[in-house]
This record gives sequence, structure tokens and C-alpha cells, in this order.
Amino acid sequence: MNQIGFPILSLLTFLPLAGVAYLATLRGDEMAVASRARNGALITSLGVLALGIYLWMAFDPSQAGFQFVESLPWLSGLDVQYRMGVDGISLFLILLTAFLTPIAILSSWSITKRVRELMMAFLLLETMTIGMFCALDFVVFYIFFEAVLLPMYLIIGVWGGERRIYAAVKFFIFTLAGSLFMLLALVWLWRNAGTTDIVTLLHTPIAPQAQMWLFAAFLASFGVKAAVWPLHTWLPDAYGEAPIPGTIMLAAVLSKMGAYGFLRFAVPMLPQAAAAAEPLMFTLGVVAVIYISFVALAQTDMKRMIAYSSAAHMGIIIIGIFTFTVEGIEGALFQMLSHGIVIAGLFVCTGVLLSRGQTLTLSRLGGLAAKMPAYAALLMLFSLANVGLPGTSGFVGEILVIVGAMKVNFWVALLGAGGMVLGAAYMLMLLRAVLFDKLSRPELGALADLKPGEYAMLLPLAAMVLWLGIYPGSFTHMFDASVNAMVQAHIAALTPHTALAMVTK
Amino acid sequence: MNPMYLPLIPGLILGLGGMVLLLIGVLSKRDQTCTCTYGAVLVLVLAAAFCLAAPDGMLFAGLLKTSLFTRFADTMVYLGAAAALLLSLDYNRREAMARFEFPVLVLFAVLGMIVMISAADLMSLYIGFELQSLTLYILAASARDSLRSTEAGLKYFVLGSLASGLLIYGISLVYGFAGTTNFISLAAILANGAGYGTIIGIVFVLVGLAFKVSAAPFHMWTPDVYEGSPTPVTALFGTAPKIATMALLFSVMLGPFGHLLAQWRMIIEVLSILSMALGALAAIGQKNIKRLLAYSSIGHMGYALMGLAAGTLAGTQATLVYLAIYLVMSFGAFACVIAMRRKGQAVETIADLAGLSTENPGFALALAIFMWAMAGIPPLSGFFGKLYVFSAAINAGLTTLAVVGVVTSVIGAFYYLRVIKVMYFDAGTPGFDKTASSVRFVMFAGALVTCLFVFIPGPLITAADAAARALLG
Repeated sequence: MNQIGFPILSLLTFLPLAGVAYLATLRGDEMAVASRARNGALITSLGVLALGIYLWMAFDPSQAGFQFVESLPWLSGLDVQYRMGVDGISLFLILLTAFLTPIAILSSWSITKRVRELMMAFLLLETMTIGMFCALDFVVFYIFFEAVLLPMYLIIGVWGGERRIYAAVKFFIFTLAGSLFMLLALVWLWRNAGTTDIVTLLHTPIAPQAQMWLFAAFLASFGVKAAVWPLHTWLPDAYGEAPIPGTIMLAAVLSKMGAYGFLRFAVPMLPQAAAAAEPLMFTLGVVAVIYISFVALAQTDMKRMIAYSSAAHMGIIIIGIFTFTVEGIEGALFQMLSHGIVIAGLFVCTGVLLSRGQTLTLSRLGGLAAKMPAYAALLMLFSLANVGLPGTSGFVGEILVIVGAMKVNFWVALLGAGGMVLGAAYMLMLLRAVLFDKLSRPELGALADLKPGEYAMLLPLAAMVLWLGIYPGSFTHMFDASVNAMVQAHIAALTPHTALAMVTK
Repeated sequence: MNPMYLPLIPGLILGLGGMVLLLIGVLSKRDQTCTCTYGAVLVLVLAAAFCLAAPDGMLFAGLLKTSLFTRFADTMVYLGAAAALLLSLDYNRREAMARFEFPVLVLFAVLGMIVMISAADLMSLYIGFELQSLTLYILAASARDSLRSTEAGLKYFVLGSLASGLLIYGISLVYGFAGTTNFISLAAILANGAGYGTIIGIVFVLVGLAFKVSAAPFHMWTPDVYEGSPTPVTALFGTAPKIATMALLFSVMLGPFGHLLAQWRMIIEVLSILSMALGALAAIGQKNIKRLLAYSSIGHMGYALMGLAAGTLAGTQATLVYLAIYLVMSFGAFACVIAMRRKGQAVETIADLAGLSTENPGFALALAIFMWAMAGIPPLSGFFGKLYVFSAAINAGLTTLAVVGVVTSVIGAFYYLRVIKVMYFDAGTPGFDKTASSVRFVMFAGALVTCLFVFIPGPLITAADAAARALLG
């Protein structure tokens, strides 16, 4: 049992399942079931959020290792245990999931098709995602990682747009193909270390030759999830076709699963291979930032433009992780949080237009600032945060990543930062096309400004953007210890002599 | 009674029970199908109870041998047969083919299977093999007025006799070169290596058995027979005989021929790779769900053979776990196929499922669960079967096999997903008839087990481990 005496991580993980069970029992006419399902799902996810905040309060930031560790025997004969635990790296990703799920559920309020099933899918998704971030056993991690596919496939396929079937199948097959290679890597690591305990695996040395293969397998799986160029081709389809709440979860939370995989497995377990892959990953990251930004510039649809912007920012995160510096990795982690919140805000803004029956084609929008000032202000805030304006969350993460990159490689820093200028270009284009210009169609003038429900989604996101931007310390000091330990371990693994010197000193 | 004969009781119950039910059916004036079916289920339950209580033993001077391994496999066969009987009850009545001989034949087939599983001599092996084969030929053709069913029966019979011929030819070669048919003596003789004659004999035995588990390239009969046979019979074909034959393959190949692992391992590897590849590729184009499940079962047998190719304790355990999980998924899926009836007519194409998720969410969810489980997506049970066989294969150094398994899993996922896609994403009104409660029971019990396995995997895995230890000593 852990320091607070009750299995908080299991509770966080499986509380949404209790919500699913409750929703399954609902009976009655369709309208009543729908509204009770919405409320039930919202209350469950708020409960999870409350537990998550409690976890944050109880978390001890001075420890680098895993906390709140739980373990139970599970697959007998294979020495696979049900192990859960958090450290500074996973803590905020759990909180991010817990924070964004209620917002995604709120943003689905306008969906009227098979509401109960949609809510069940979201709660299942929350269980799988939080479980994945908590898992301290590789098999348990893999199960949650894969299981995310099931609800997401249905969310895209049932509630998505016109080409939803194509998008859903492509998403499923791409991710499955990637993660099955991780399964092989998992079995190999298992055989190598004799256990699937992540803590043990992190300290088990692996022959450099084998590391290359394992890294390739991890890249196949986490690269697809994080939509690293050129494995990102499922992303525009999935983001574009998924319903707004699904896109929020995909872009804000699911894409972090890939980055988390790199941070948790690929880098600490395979230090030599990760170091050797550094040029490759920098290239992929820079290409993502620059090339995908250009693609974003060419989009004519608001949702797709934001989708590509999301993929471009994943490039920054990848660059940050592979600098192997404290600044770079903290920047990547910070950027993961910031990106999650900002992208969610942008997609919620997109959803606001959709729920008013508007098209998302940029050329048919315009001039909304005059009629919807509150909406315009918030969309402006999220867009500028996405660009990395100082004072918003986006700035802190990007500056840290660039400082980290500068320490390692000047050109990566230059090109990465250059890519962000492109980001500013397309976000400003988007703002002009949606908010300014003149009204392209008279009916746009009749749109109402934000409703209370929409404020309930957008204001917490905006508050988080500012909090992260103005006082980042309240977040970074939670993961300082873990990131420092990780970077130390990485340096020690690459240069045994320094490690020895550090011990003797 | 001599306690030595206790292991014989389940077999006696099955044989005598079958004859008593036959007498009831023949002598009674009224139609006794229902009584006979429930009677047969009862006989199976009784036999299973006695089987589980029976001690290990050697019977008839080494012809049959029971151990924890045989009891494990027997239990799966009993479960499979009982589920098939439950499914047949309603289906046979609606298709106007309800006859009391049906459950009786199933009982005799089960008797054949448990003889196969417990065989400790090539002769008893062959007798058990033939008893189950002959009854299954009749069952395949049991819809007498249906052209497809009789065709399936005939096809199965002709190709099956070929396999039997190969098997008996192999047995005679082994006997001719080794001088005995007893497993223990064979193991002692073959421990010092074997000549070409014996090896050729073993290959023939292997081919005969591979035919029964429908491992590619000996799978040709499977799609046609699956499609043509009445669905409960297909459900039976897909599970009990395959499990029995797979258990037999293990007890023969790792028992008397265990010392020659290096010689026959390559054959099993090839069978496994071909089955997985064929199962994945050939299923893509299928429109009929029974044919789809036929190819899927070929693929599953490929995965199960991976454990045999490993030839280790872990491999045996992995295959046993795989088979047990497969049994449940497979029955669930066939229960769903049986539930596909529109206006009194059975419909079998995948397109008929369009829009099922809006009309009957429970049914659609159950079928989706089985499809996902068969594709091996965690947290459903099918994933654990794959995890165990992959880890056994990699631990035995068969990395190629595991990589092929992974690739075919991805390809396979595509067609399983298609079924889900049709149910959830396509618009349509299936308008299926109300499902009989026995079918619903098999469907939902199967779905529940498939879903909840992740929470309590312990019992099955421990039991499979103990069974594997019993086989390999």
C-alpha cells in the first residue's frame, strides 16, 4: 500500500468504469436517458478530476522515484503483476486527462445521436488513458495503450463526419500495426530482464546492438501515436472526421501517449540507441515543425488547420525529448501540457461554430469579432498561446525546448524556432479569416455570443493557459526531480566514467 | 470396484448415456428431441464431473492414460459439446431438422474425442480418431434436405477419409520400423534417434492430424464444410474436435516423438506460418460470416501451433490457454451467427448485420467483443492467448514465427474490424427475429467471460500450467 493508505491510482483509473456501469443501467425514453447519461458522465469525470487534484496535493515533488505504488499478483506463472505508480513525468499527464475529459464531455452536449453510448465510450477512454499513464508494468501499460483504440474507433466511426469510416479504420490499423511491434519488443525485454516491472526494466542494461531494434519497434508504435512525421498520415483524417469531443481527446490526450512512451521507455531504457537516434529524431522533429506548418498554411478548413498545427507542435515535443537536457525534457513535458490545453481550447472554439450550424470552411467565415466579442477574445487567447506568446503557456514550453536544443545543436534550435514563425503565420491567418475581414455571409451577423455551457468549457481552459504561462513554477517544480534523475541516468549510461567520478566525488 | 478403473467412468457414462438416449428416442411414440438434448447435456455434465474427480491412471495395459492434461482437454471438449447442444436446440427446430439422433451423435463424437485425448497407444489413437470423424461426417450432413449440408458432409467424408488413410499409413510405418505402437515404448526406442522410415511415418501421422485441426495447407475442406453444415454443427467443428486433435498432437508429438523435436519442428513452424497467413489473407474477401469464421479458425490454429513448435512447457501452457480462450470466443461468435435470422430464415452474409448496433445494441456489442477478442485487442481475453504464444515462441528462439504472427494479426484485425464497421457504422435495419434464450445465454455468457478474463486470469493460467506439467512430466 502507498503513503496515503488507499489505492488512489486504481480508484482514478477505474472510477470511470463505475460510471460506465451506471450508464448501462439507465432505462426510459431516449431524451431522459440522454440527459441522465450526460449528467452521469460529467459527474463521474468531475469526481475523477477531484481525485486527480487530491493526487497532485499529496504528491511529494522532492522524490524522483515512483509514488503511490500499488501492486497485486495478476498473471501467475508469467510474473506479471498489476503495478501502478506515478512520478513527476506521469503526474501531470494524468491530471491533463482528468481535466480534459469533463471538457470533452461538455463539448459533446450538442450531439444527440446515441448519447449514452457516446458517454460510455468517453468514460472508457478515460479509464484506459489514465490507466496507461499510471501503469508500472509493461504488460499492464500495453493493455491500456492498446485498449484506447476500442472506444476511439467507435467514437470516430459512429459519431464522425462524412469520411468517418475510412478515418476510423485507418486510425485503428495504423496504431495497431505500430503497437504490435512494441508487443514484440515487450516480449524481448521481458525475456532479457525476466520481468515486466518497469522500474526494474529501467535499470536493466541492454546490448547496444539489440537496442537499435528495440528502438525501431518503439518508434513504430509511439511514433504513430504521437503522429511523428512521416507516420502522421492517419492524423488529418482522424482529427478531421472525429466529432469535436473525440478530436479534443485525440489531439490533447492521445497524442501525448506517444510522447510519454518515448519519455518513459525509449529514452531511459535504450540510452545508446536513443543517443544514436538523436539526429534522426531531430530531423523528424524539424521536418514536422516546418513541413507540417506549411501544410497547415494551405488548409482551407478551420478544423484541419488546427489539426495540422497540433501535429507541428508535436515536432517541438519530440525535439525537446531528444535533447537529453533538463531544459529540453522539461520543456517537452511543459509543452505537452500546454499543447493539450491550448489545442483543446481551439477545438472547443471550433465546436462552438459547428454547434451554431456553421461551416468550418475558412472562406465562408469572417467578421465574427464584432458580433461575438467574448468568443473572439478567447479564440484569440488560445491562438496566441498556440503561437507561443510570452505570458501564455505556449511560450514557456517552447523557450525551454529551444534553450535545450541550443545547448546541443544550434541548427536544430534555429530551424525549430523558425518553424514557429510559420505557426504564427497560419494562426494569424486563421484569426483573420474567422474573426476579422468582413462578414462573408449576412447570416453570420446573427450568431449569438457564448452561452453559459460554452463559458464553462472555455474559461477553465483559458485560466489554465494563463496560469501555466504566468507562473510555470507551480508545475515545473513537480517534475524537476524526476527529470533531473532521468537526465543523470541517461548521461551515466552513456559515459560510465563520469558516473564513476560522480560516485567517488 | 477397482480404483484403477475410475478414469474409465466418464467414457462409460458417455457411451451408455448415448445408447439410453438412443433407446428413448427410438422407442418413444412422441418426438423426444428436446428430452434427448437436455439428457445429453446432463450426460456431459455428469461425465465432466466424474472426469474431474478421477485420479491419474493407465488403462487397458497402456492403451489409455489419464492425467491432469487429459482432464483439462476433456473439460474443454465437454464445454464445447454442451454449448453446441444448447445452440442446436432452437436452431434445429426452426430449420425443421430436429431429430433425437443429433444429441446422441454428439455424445458419441465426444466419446471419440476423449479417447483421442487419453490415447497412449497409436491404436487407441486411431480408434478414437475414427469414432469422432465418422459421427462428425453424419452431423455435417444432418440437414438431410439441404443440398449444401449434404455436399458438406460428403466433402468432409471424402477428404477426411484421405486424412484417416494417411494417418493409418503413418502409424503402420512407425510400427513397422519401431516395432511397437505403445507411446512409452516408442519414446524409449526413439530416444536414440530414428531412421528415415520412422520419420516418414511421423510426417504422415502429423499430416493426418493437421488435416483435422485444419492447419494450412490441409485446410481445403474447412470453408466449404463450415459454410454448408448447419450452424450448431459448424460451431462444434470449430471447437471440440479441434481442441481434441490439438491435445492429441501435443501428447503424440511431445510424448513418443518428443525426442525428435528437432526433426519435426520445422514442419510445425511451416504449418503455423501458412495457417496464420492464409487465415489472415483469405478471410479478407469473404462475404459469408461462416466462411469468415472458417478462415479465422484456420488462423487461430496457426497461433495455437506456435506453442507446439516451441515444444516447451511454456509452449504447451500457452497453447492450452489459447485453446480455452478460443473455445469461448468461438462459441460466442457462432451463437451470434445463429441469432442472425430474418423472418424465419437464417441469413449469413456480413452485410446483413448493417445497422445492428442501433436495433439491438446488446447483440451488436457481444459480436463486437468476440471480433475484437479474436483480433487480439487487449483487454479482451484473445489478447492473452496471443501474448502467451508469442512469449513462448520468442523464449524458444522462434522469433520469425512471432514476427509473422504479429504481421498476420494486423492483417487479421482488418477483417474483424469490418464486421464491427458494418454493425456500427453502416446504416440498415437487420430486423432479426427474437433470439431464443438458450442462444442468448451462450452469447452473453461468452461475452462476459471474454471481457472479464482480464480481471481474473489466474485460475485458467494456473490450471493450464499444471496440465502442461502433467503432460511433460
